[in-house]
Parts: sequence; C-alpha cells; structure tokens
Amino acid sequence: MQTHRAKRVEITIEAVMQSRLTDALNKAGVTGYTVLPVLGGSGRSGAWNRSGQISRAAGMVQVVCIIKPERLDDLLDGAFSVVERHIGIVTVTDCDVLRAERF
Amino acid sequence: MEQLFSLAADNLISPIILSFVLGVAASLARSDLSIPEAVAKGLSIYLLFAIGFKGGVSVAAHGIDVKLGMALLVGVVLSAALPLIAFGLLQVMTQMNRLDAAAVAAHYGSISIVTFVAASSILESRGIGFEGYMVAVAAAMEAPAILSALWLVARGAGGQSKGMDGALMREIMLNGSIVLLVGAFFIGWATGEEGLAEISSFIVSPFKGVLCLFLLDMGLVAGRGLREGGGILRPGVLTFGIVMPLVAAAIGLGAGLLLGLSTGGVTLIMVLSASASYIAVPAAMRVALPEANPSLYLTLSLGVTFPFNLTLGIPLYVAIAQAVTGG
Repeated sequence: MQTHRAKRVEITIEAVMQSRLTDALNKAGVTGYTVLPVLGGSGRSGAWNRSGQISRAAGMVQVVCIIKPERLDDLLDGAFSVVERHIGIVTVTDCDVLRAERF
Repeated sequence: MEQLFSLAADNLISPIILSFVLGVAASLARSDLSIPEAVAKGLSIYLLFAIGFKGGVSVAAHGIDVKLGMALLVGVVLSAALPLIAFGLLQVMTQMNRLDAAAVAAHYGSISIVTFVAASSILESRGIGFEGYMVAVAAAMEAPAILSALWLVARGAGGQSKGMDGALMREIMLNGSIVLLVGAFFIGWATGEEGLAEISSFIVSPFKGVLCLFLLDMGLVAGRGLREGGGILRPGVLTFGIVMPLVAAAIGLGAGLLLGLSTGGVTLIMVLSASASYIAVPAAMRVALPEANPSLYLTLSLGVTFPFNLTLGIPLYVAIAQAVTGG
C-alpha cells in the first residue's frame, strides 16, 4: 500500500484555551484537527483528574493535527502564539498516512 | 448574642448543609464516592433553571420597582469594590505577590451561585421571603470583579495582564451559567404564576433533593481540593479565606439596609458579597493571568470560603439579618 510522509502534532492545553488555539490554527490555514478530552494526568503542578472538575479552568484537552511537512512551521507559529504563556505541551512526530490529498 | 448563635445553629441543621458536610467528610476520608461529571452538570443546569425561573415568577407577581435598578447598581459596585478590599487584606495578611493577590481578589468580588442557591433554599424552608430580583443581582455581580483585578495588575509595576479582550469579555458575559440563569429569569417573568403552575412538579418539589445531591458533589470537590491543595494554605492565607467573607458580608449588610431590602433580601446580598467564585472567575484568570497560581485561588475559594459560607456563614448571615431587620 502506498503511504505518504506527514507530521502529527499533539498539543495538550487547558480546556479554557481550546477555542483560542483552534482559532489560531484556522488562521494558520490548518483546518483539520481532532480535539480529545484528557482524563487526567500529573505534571509540575501535581496530579489532577477530570472527574470532579467543576470549572473549565481546571480541565485539559488535546488537539491533534496531521499535516504535510511543509506546513508545519505555520502551524507551530500559530500554536506557540497561544501556548506561550500557558500550560501546554506541544509534540511533533513523523507519521505515514494513506490518501495524502486529505491532509 | 446568645439568640444569634441559637438562630445560627437552627439554620445549620438542614439536609442541604449536612449533604455538603457528608461530601467533604467522604472526600477527606478518601472514599471512592463520586458523582459522574455529566450528572453533576445536569444537576447544576436544573438548579440554575429552577432558581432563575422562580426569581422571574416572583418579580412578575410583585412587579418591578425602583429598588430593582438600585439593587443591580449596588451589586455591580460591590463586585467592583470588594476585590480592592480583598487585595488590601491579602497584602496585609499574606506574603502573596501582586499577581496572585489580584487573581485571588477577583474571586472574592465575584459570586458563587451555588452558595446563593443554598441560601435562598434555606430562606424558603424557614419561610423568610426575599426579593425575586436578587437572581438578577447575582448575575450582575459576576463580571465587574474581574475588571477590577485586571486593573490592579495593570496598575502594578510590570503588570503581566493581557487585559480584557473582546473574546474574554464575551465568554464571561455569555458563560452558560449566566445565560441559563438570566434566561430562566425572563421566562419566569414572562409566564408568571401560570407558567410556574405548569412546571411546578418539576422545578419546585424536587428542588431541595436535587440541591442536596449537588451539594454532596460540591462537598466531594471541596474536600478533594482541601486534601490536594492544603499545603499552600499558610495561616495568613487560610485566615483570609474566613475573614474576607465576614468583612464582605458586613459590607453587604450595609448595602442591603441602605437599599431597604427585606430580611431575606438583606441575607442574600450578604451571601452574594461574602461568596467567592469558583467557576467563571478561575476560567477568566487562566486566560487573562496565566502566571497566577490556580491552586491558590481555587483552594481558597472552593476549599475554604465555600465550605465556611455553607456551614457557618449562611446560618450566621440569616441570623444577623433577622436580628438587624427584626424579620
């Protein structure tokens, strides 16, 4: 099966910043992404769990984008403008996709 | 004074408050009791709709008077001014930096709608009437505190505030709780007693039971917050979490008397002044002041002030309002 190289970008960010991030991605021309709820985890501020969070201020989401390698810089510039001052983890990995025209 | 404490003790023994205490105790004891997230959200939607609707019906029944406008104005002024007092107290009582102090202060100018709902339910169960438009006053007191806190930060040297952009303002003013509360208020106002009669079996009879379950969940959340964030509660910070609601309630009492509110109305404006936000303001602070420590303000408002208001504060405010107004 023919596959094509692509970049997978995962951005874990506070739920309250989600719309700002997706707006920035749209502005950077990235219109395809998936938003996932994050159930819990542990980081520099200690462990946390999604259950019992009564405020949007405390939850996290993960935004996953798969894009062509040449569009990576635009995406990262857009994402960085949002996560710069906030809690957020941005990772980039190589991946292979079928149907390159969809990305 | 003895009579005051006796009245307060009477108010303390209610299923609503005891449900909250159960939640806190279960959480502190590390029980696995939990209310599913979607259920808790459903319960809060129910409570906001019911309290807004009943407020609107009450205004429809009694009509609007000039006091409504005055009460709204006083609510806005209180919400804007209380953070300045909280900020001053924090600077005197704690070693908190300016940014954290401003973020905490914002929480103490804004309100906790759950505390308001619990207080109005306790008033109803004791047969103490209150002005229906206090729901609208509660809604008006959500946002001004945030502006005051951002002003405090901007005023400080090297302020790191992004300021209040249009998107943030829209999110605060149109957050789901406000839209539901105010929307239900207008539905209740428009449909009046007839509307209430149509849905009373849904929004009147089950109200207290639903509130008990919701407060059980809030108790679990508050207990968890205390357990996990207790480490940051140095004596000065902890004391602030109890002193500030008392100071704010005293200011609310003055405002209520100035407005000529009923006993229940005076109690509710005391409760609104004394309560601290833990839904709208934390979200706004995460956007506008991300460098401020969220565990500090969430633990204080949810782990200290909310339980204090619910267990001791509300009974005390009811008793004081009754003693002062003779109601």
